Amino acid sequence: MNDHLLSLVLFTPLAGLLVLLFIPSRQKELIKVWANLASFAGFLISLPLVSRFDKGVSGFQFVERANWIPSLGAQYLIGIDGISLLLIMLTTVIGFIAILSSWNAIQDRLKAYYCMFLLLQVGMLGVFMSLDFFLFYVFWELVLVPMYFIIGVWGGPRKLYAAIKFFLYTLAGSVLMLLGILTLYFQYASQFGKYTFEIAELMKLTLPLGLQEWVFWAFFLGFAIKVPMFPFHTWLPDAHVEAPTAGSVILASVLLKMGTYGFIRFSLPLLPKASMDHTIVEVLAVLSIVGILYGALVSLMQKDWKKLVAYSSVSHLGFCTLGIFAMNPNGLAGSVLQQINHGISTGMLFLIIGVVYERRHTREISEYGGLAHVMPKYAVIFAIAILSSAGLPLLNGFIGEFTILQGAFEANRAWAAFAVTGVVFGAAYLLWLYQRTMLGQVTNGKNLHLPDLSLREIAVFLPLIVWAIWIGVYPKPYFDILEKPVQQIVERVRPGYYQGGAQAATRPGPGVSGQ
Amino acid sequence: MNQFYSSTDHFVLVPAVMLALFGCAILLFDFIVFPDPRQRKYLLFFLVLGEGFAGFGLWNQQSHLLADGVPSYTAFHGSLVADGFSIFFNWIFVAATVIVAIVSYKYLEIEGEHHAEYYSLMMFAQCGMFFLAAGTDLVTLFIGLELMALSFYVMVGFLRTSKRSNEAAMKYLLLGAFSSGFLAYGFSVMYGISGSTKLTEIATAVAARGPFDPLVLLALATTSVGLLFKISAVPFHMWAPDAYEGAPTTITAYLSVASKAASIAFLLRIFLGPLASARDAWEPILAFIAVATMTVGNLAAINQSNIKRLLAYSSISHAGYMLLGLIAGNDTGIKGIAVYVMVYTFMNLGAFLVLVALRRKGIIGEDMDDIAGLMHKSPGYALLMLLFLLSLAGIPPTAGFLGKYYIFLSLIETRHYTLAVIATLYVAVAIYYYFRIVRSMFVRDLTEPAPLSTSFGLRLALAVSGILTLGIGIYPEPFLRLAGTSLLH
Repeated sequence: MNDHLLSLVLFTPLAGLLVLLFIPSRQKELIKVWANLASFAGFLISLPLVSRFDKGVSGFQFVERANWIPSLGAQYLIGIDGISLLLIMLTTVIGFIAILSSWNAIQDRLKAYYCMFLLLQVGMLGVFMSLDFFLFYVFWELVLVPMYFIIGVWGGPRKLYAAIKFFLYTLAGSVLMLLGILTLYFQYASQFGKYTFEIAELMKLTLPLGLQEWVFWAFFLGFAIKVPMFPFHTWLPDAHVEAPTAGSVILASVLLKMGTYGFIRFSLPLLPKASMDHTIVEVLAVLSIVGILYGALVSLMQKDWKKLVAYSSVSHLGFCTLGIFAMNPNGLAGSVLQQINHGISTGMLFLIIGVVYERRHTREISEYGGLAHVMPKYAVIFAIAILSSAGLPLLNGFIGEFTILQGAFEANRAWAAFAVTGVVFGAAYLLWLYQRTMLGQVTNGKNLHLPDLSLREIAVFLPLIVWAIWIGVYPKPYFDILEKPVQQIVERVRPGYYQGGAQAATRPGPGVSGQ
Repeated sequence: MNQFYSSTDHFVLVPAVMLALFGCAILLFDFIVFPDPRQRKYLLFFLVLGEGFAGFGLWNQQSHLLADGVPSYTAFHGSLVADGFSIFFNWIFVAATVIVAIVSYKYLEIEGEHHAEYYSLMMFAQCGMFFLAAGTDLVTLFIGLELMALSFYVMVGFLRTSKRSNEAAMKYLLLGAFSSGFLAYGFSVMYGISGSTKLTEIATAVAARGPFDPLVLLALATTSVGLLFKISAVPFHMWAPDAYEGAPTTITAYLSVASKAASIAFLLRIFLGPLASARDAWEPILAFIAVATMTVGNLAAINQSNIKRLLAYSSISHAGYMLLGLIAGNDTGIKGIAVYVMVYTFMNLGAFLVLVALRRKGIIGEDMDDIAGLMHKSPGYALLMLLFLLSLAGIPPTAGFLGKYYIFLSLIETRHYTLAVIATLYVAVAIYYYFRIVRSMFVRDLTEPAPLSTSFGLRLALAVSGILTLGIGIYPEPFLRLAGTSLLH
């Protein structure tokens, strides 16, 4: 596998960006077309990753390694396993859709806007591919700057506040994470006599529990702020509400997953003892459950459509972290799948808000009502998005939440019991939102003549709907892809798990997957 | 050769000789070769030529060190030395001087000031810096310091008709002279302890007395005051914002990088030389000062509306980071300071150069409002400024991240966890005020349509700083190796 496929996927957006720089800013159409082409090419190039990915192999595939900074021990080392594969596909798909959805929404400074999106794309892909901690950190931070500009330049009325809040929060978390990384790096050097940032090497470290716990909390701050877990979520509603539609989509669908991915890829395998420490697991599970319930309850109270969806993200991401810290195959596999699901359904929800916002320039829920009469196609798509997000069987959200709850139940019945109420609340705020905006009579005269979805807008939603139904009806391929990496992580954190009494749960995936 | 002068002496001294010679030559040529004032900008050529010769001398030293496999050459009976440390820092001085000089001719034209004195003063200052990095004798070091400082006092007040410039020079002179007095006093105590002005002999005498000997403490305290003043560490930082704001912007740039780099070199020579054995006494104090420096620098920068002043406070906070490397004190820390100084030179110069371009006839161009909407007018400059500011904040993949990386790593290695946490959190504070500039450039509307004053020299200097700031960040290997040669034990 020496054809550098992964590097190609990583740098296609960058190449698109470099060409874009040379297109004069006056050529607005050309800029749009080129940016769409570049991101679509990025998606096409990532497709062979799926077809050539070998599910039966544990460990990383498409690995590429080159010396980068030998005096630091940092390498250009990228590779993917099933978990990163899914997230990378999510990134390329959502990246393209976000750019496509900006066609009419963004009117000024087009060139800078699309440059920022392509740069963001590079950063996110890099995060999901890096197997070297230094490289990972570089990509991790690279994401901040374009996102700052996307919120800060093209955002809503309080954009500057939201943008800098986003930047400062995540930066503060990630610099503390850097200290954790450096601690591991230094410990490795003192145990093995050489410096390296390679994850696989760092996993050979045997660290005392006390130190692992410190490093764990340092990582935790970096990842938990990104996810965001309760109580670090306060930047999220601001960022979401102020960001332009495409920015919200990327932020919710992909960027947040960097945090959960960090937990799965780094916290668990590198710090197995700390990750299994009773107190830590308990604290994180409780924070996740609080996040689920708090996010759902606050969503119920929102008058602003976008803020409602933003808080629903807090709730859904709570499920993802709960699945991770259930620390069993079902929990982990469910968590990864739910990350994809959340990307699809919340991406759709933000796009749906974008559609009416472009037409009415308001997000007040009370401004709308009875839209189903005026925009029937829109209402259908919105219904699908709502149901997918609320976890209706045969749609994607159900599979993820169900598997996570299964995992949580296995770990601790009380967790599952509390988390289930989150599902109920979730259905409540989403259906209520639908009722208030779509059903009944058109109460506001301004809504009487809103145009329904255009073909381009339908094209934006179509892939996501297909994907949602696919996962909902036939999730087996996804669980197959996730089986090996999940198994590896569980064995790493809980040695002997698969030999022990938990035989019944060895195969991730719920019964509905039709095995 | 006789006993007073050997070929090694010449070999070690040659860069300083070149700087002094060309500095004097520029003054002479001003009258003799270029009687027409309009031609005097060609004097810049002689500065660059002189720097070329000085650079050649440095390169020669470096290649001989490598070829002979010795750590250093000493000269003048141990009062000067050519080692990796001195060569590394001198490269930085050469780079900083050339970059500042080539942007200055346009600036001087706008300000309507003389060229010759300006260029020769720069070279004299750099000559002083040479002795600060290469001196191993108290007298040599002190003379080097005064040569540098006196040149800077004049340069800060170079705009004779500007009140701000004069005021800044006066403040800088008075406080600087005061701190030099402290330093001289400390040096005299060191001499009293050891009966010698050689750093190595003082080190032996100090080690024999132990760190908590009253005389050692006295020497430590007074010397530290002088040294910390020079790097503008809290509580001796008060001169910096005023001097930075009042000085011609090019000189502010020069002062903030070259003078700071030389002072850091000087500080390392003293603290890792004579005072190395007194680490137990100075480490806690310096740790406190470093935290205070980062705190004051970062917090005071938040509310500045004058960008020069903001960058002055930010440069104070950078001094705090550099001190942290010394507190860690292991190889990583010292190498970290070298890397930090190197990347700081280019990124900070770059940031000030953008301000130089904002200075136009009749427009002072250093306020937050003056830079508003720069992205609409000159996207290239705005993006470069963004790069420099990100680097100053320490965001990868820019060079500034590497400087911070080494500092943080050294703190972790020496188990200074609290300091490490404080230092990292100030990165988030720093990004806040740096991004006030970014916000002004990218989000606000254009307020001043007059085009920027650019010149070939400015564009070249900006390109070099920009390429290095990004290049060191993306492919740092050769630069890290270079910094690795500068280790001082």
